[in-house]
Amino acid sequence: MTKIRTPYLLLLPGMVFLLTFFILPLINLAQTSTQTPVGGGDTGQYEQTLRFQNYFDAFIENREQFGRSFLYATSATVLALLIAYPLAYAIAFKGGKYKNFMLVLVIAPFFTSFLLRTVAWKQILGEEGFVVQPLRTLGIISESTTLTSSAFAVVAGMTYNFLPFMTLPLYASIDRIDPRTLEASGDLYANGFTTFRKVTLPLSMPGVVAGTLLTFIPAAGDYVNAAILGSPTTKMLGNVIESRYFRIVDYPTAAALSFTLMISILILVTFYVRKAGTEELV
Amino acid sequence: MRKVSRWFQRNLIRIYAVVAFTYLFIPVAYTFAFSFNDSRKSNLVWQGFTLENWQNPCGAPEICTALGNSIKIGFLATLFSTILGTMIAFAIGRYHFKGRSTTNLLIFLPMATPEIVLGASLLSLFLVFQINPGFWPTVIAHVLFCVSFVVVTVKARIASLDPRLEQAAMDLYANERETFRRVTLPLVAPGIAAAALLAFSLSFDDFIITNFNSGTMTTFPKFVYTSAARGIPAQANVIGSAMFFLALAIVIIGQVVSRKRKVS
Amino acid sequence: MSDVASSARGDLILSHLTKSYGDFTAVNDLSLTIPKGSFFALLGPSGCGKTTTLRMIAGLEEPTQGTISLGTTEITHTKPYQRPINTVFQNYALFPHLTIFENIAFGLRRRGIKDVDEAVNKALNLVELPHLAQRKPTQLSGGQQQRIALARAIVNRPALLLLDEPLGALDLKLRRQMQIELKWIQKEVGITFVHVTHDQEEAMTMADTIAVMNEGQIEQMGSPADLYDNPETAFVANFLGQSNLIKGTVSSNDGDNQIVDLFGQKISLRKDRSHGVDSSIYAGIRPEKFRISRLETATSGNILTGGKVEDVSYIGVSTQYQVLMPWGQELMVFEQNDDGVAPFSVGESVNISWEPSFTFGLRGDEDAEAGTEVNPDEDPGEE
Repeated sequence: MTKIRTPYLLLLPGMVFLLTFFILPLINLAQTSTQTPVGGGDTGQYEQTLRFQNYFDAFIENREQFGRSFLYATSATVLALLIAYPLAYAIAFKGGKYKNFMLVLVIAPFFTSFLLRTVAWKQILGEEGFVVQPLRTLGIISESTTLTSSAFAVVAGMTYNFLPFMTLPLYASIDRIDPRTLEASGDLYANGFTTFRKVTLPLSMPGVVAGTLLTFIPAAGDYVNAAILGSPTTKMLGNVIESRYFRIVDYPTAAALSFTLMISILILVTFYVRKAGTEELV
Repeated sequence: MRKVSRWFQRNLIRIYAVVAFTYLFIPVAYTFAFSFNDSRKSNLVWQGFTLENWQNPCGAPEICTALGNSIKIGFLATLFSTILGTMIAFAIGRYHFKGRSTTNLLIFLPMATPEIVLGASLLSLFLVFQINPGFWPTVIAHVLFCVSFVVVTVKARIASLDPRLEQAAMDLYANERETFRRVTLPLVAPGIAAAALLAFSLSFDDFIITNFNSGTMTTFPKFVYTSAARGIPAQANVIGSAMFFLALAIVIIGQVVSRKRKVS
Repeated sequence: MSDVASSARGDLILSHLTKSYGDFTAVNDLSLTIPKGSFFALLGPSGCGKTTTLRMIAGLEEPTQGTISLGTTEITHTKPYQRPINTVFQNYALFPHLTIFENIAFGLRRRGIKDVDEAVNKALNLVELPHLAQRKPTQLSGGQQQRIALARAIVNRPALLLLDEPLGALDLKLRRQMQIELKWIQKEVGITFVHVTHDQEEAMTMADTIAVMNEGQIEQMGSPADLYDNPETAFVANFLGQSNLIKGTVSSNDGDNQIVDLFGQKISLRKDRSHGVDSSIYAGIRPEKFRISRLETATSGNILTGGKVEDVSYIGVSTQYQVLMPWGQELMVFEQNDDGVAPFSVGESVNISWEPSFTFGLRGDEDAEAGTEVNPDEDPGEE
């Protein structure tokens, strides 16, 4: 009898917590998203009118930010993958006895607050930093071009900040590859590139999937990079939701946008995981 | 010349690793360097070397209150999320029960939900129940996003455990409780410790969810964010650098200890 | 209950033991008595149910039906830690976080026994590894881990010691050495050993009694010599060593013997070695019992004529021949290379003869191939 009950007893506190502070808020958010302002009421007073039009309005009004969120997040994910893959490969196959040390190095930047690092990038790339002037002098960028306050800076910031999320799962799955399979591939007439494409890459797919998800999901909802490194023309959906909550106090729109963002991500993720064929992610 | 290019080719991946690590560490180095900036006028440009910021890290207004809040919240969020997450991990990792896949989904969903949605929805809930944002709502919010990561980390450790070890303990006269205490727990402990460290660093570094649920209370990331526009005070650089070295020291000591244990 | 169980001593009695997983029956109505103080082997291929049986004895699986008793005490539903039974696990299952000393002391400490140090040191001396007490399991070789696993179990002086493929992970040479040592230790401590293995040679080397298991049931039980000389089923005949099984019919009786017609040639078979139920039988002969001879050589006993050498393999101590018989069957013949007779060559016509008392008879409706498909060196006992 105890055997059957034990797992449920273990789960109980955690599940109660998740139901109360995750599922219930989502239901509440869904309710808020179809509310409208109370006629003649104060700012921030809303009533339930089941106005699904809210979604449409919110989307139309913010379709640019919406598009930008997904564009920036996708760009940052692809860039992070391109940067992290060779790094994870180097650690797994060339790390030798320094493997653990190198892994610590990947995680170490984490320990300095990511906001501090983002601010540091802003200052490094900013007008007073040591990067812009040399680039201008060398004529690589024109005198009027700035590195900060641009889409480039936002994407670069996100790429940088989420790089460890990409590197660690990649490392974990590349490290599991038996180097002898690569030798076998070479023995069977595959050149370096073919070996990579036909053996290494497919075997590291679980890491690629996990890494891209761990990068894309937070990136799509991020607004800190856009706020610090961007300009009004690089605003993302996160910035809109934040300001709807705190400055305009338009809860229904904020809720509708949050929901749209979450659902879009879930659909994309489901589609992607199906396509990539990785079942067990958790 | 050909020798040089061949050397270059052979070591391309290593050279790449060095470049990538440099890239990862530039802002860390910058933060560290500017913690010595004589920044009474501005911390945006280098003004001159001083040790004053390190001698008086609480020099900037509010900064140590913010730091204290972050540490308290981090500690509590770590404690609760580690307990809840470890229990869930044991349930999922050790038992087959009805509703296991639903449970897995419920664990996975918070990780697949953007922080801003988590933060915004929690805030809405608190508003409905007329709970003011502040310290405890922030702790709850942090437990929420940490708990899934704890589950995943601890579960991985449990999955790698050979079930025969527990059977051997039972065979050697240890009852269920003793088996758990003497064999299971010590073997899963490194996973729990890693999960706790992860939870603390996630909590300590969090800005988005905190911003939604902390109200007027400041935390260290909030402090940095709000002062980013005017240039953050050099004391923030001191605290960031100190955290960096502290965490690095913990990780390295942990590695050395676990290696020593294996050898002796 | 637990006190009664943990002090139980005596023969191990399994009665109508059954274990099913859904539709699959791993152990099917198994009844068996293992005498106190014996070295008993459960031998069978992967998936035959031997490990499941062992785990039920240890208390790690609950039987679907049937009972397990130790002497007069029934222990079917007691917990593993309440049974005076210890196990040497496959791959040893040494606790990686404890020293060798603490591994061995584990059971003693759980039972609250006083003189832990002395008992542990004695056990370490028994397995000749006293210098490793303070090491961790990962620092030991496979053979050393094996001995520590044994010491960890024996130190508790159990009524019964279970060994689950204990030598499966060792290389051949070490395995031979450990086989001799295990047997010696068993004599030394006098504990009942129940040894599960898929390796027939290992079982024959060590055990007093072997039970051959197949598909959840015991095919035959007996001393190694009994099983080898007088197998009762095709499975035992093929799984324990190799056999030539020739289809035939019992044509008449001659005192203590049956006369069997093998494709027109008559041979004799002792009645007490014939396990057929009707006149249709298989006559079985071990390959090394055959004598191969040139046609002109006089031979006695059972003789089969008209053979032709198909293949010759010289393997040092013996030469193995494949001889094609007139009815199309190939017989295996192992000849010792000690009789100074020039080896036979491929294509030579030969006769085959043997002592009639070496013949054994099996039921004619059996599958003559049963037990041959299993490769005993493959997959050490995953069930």
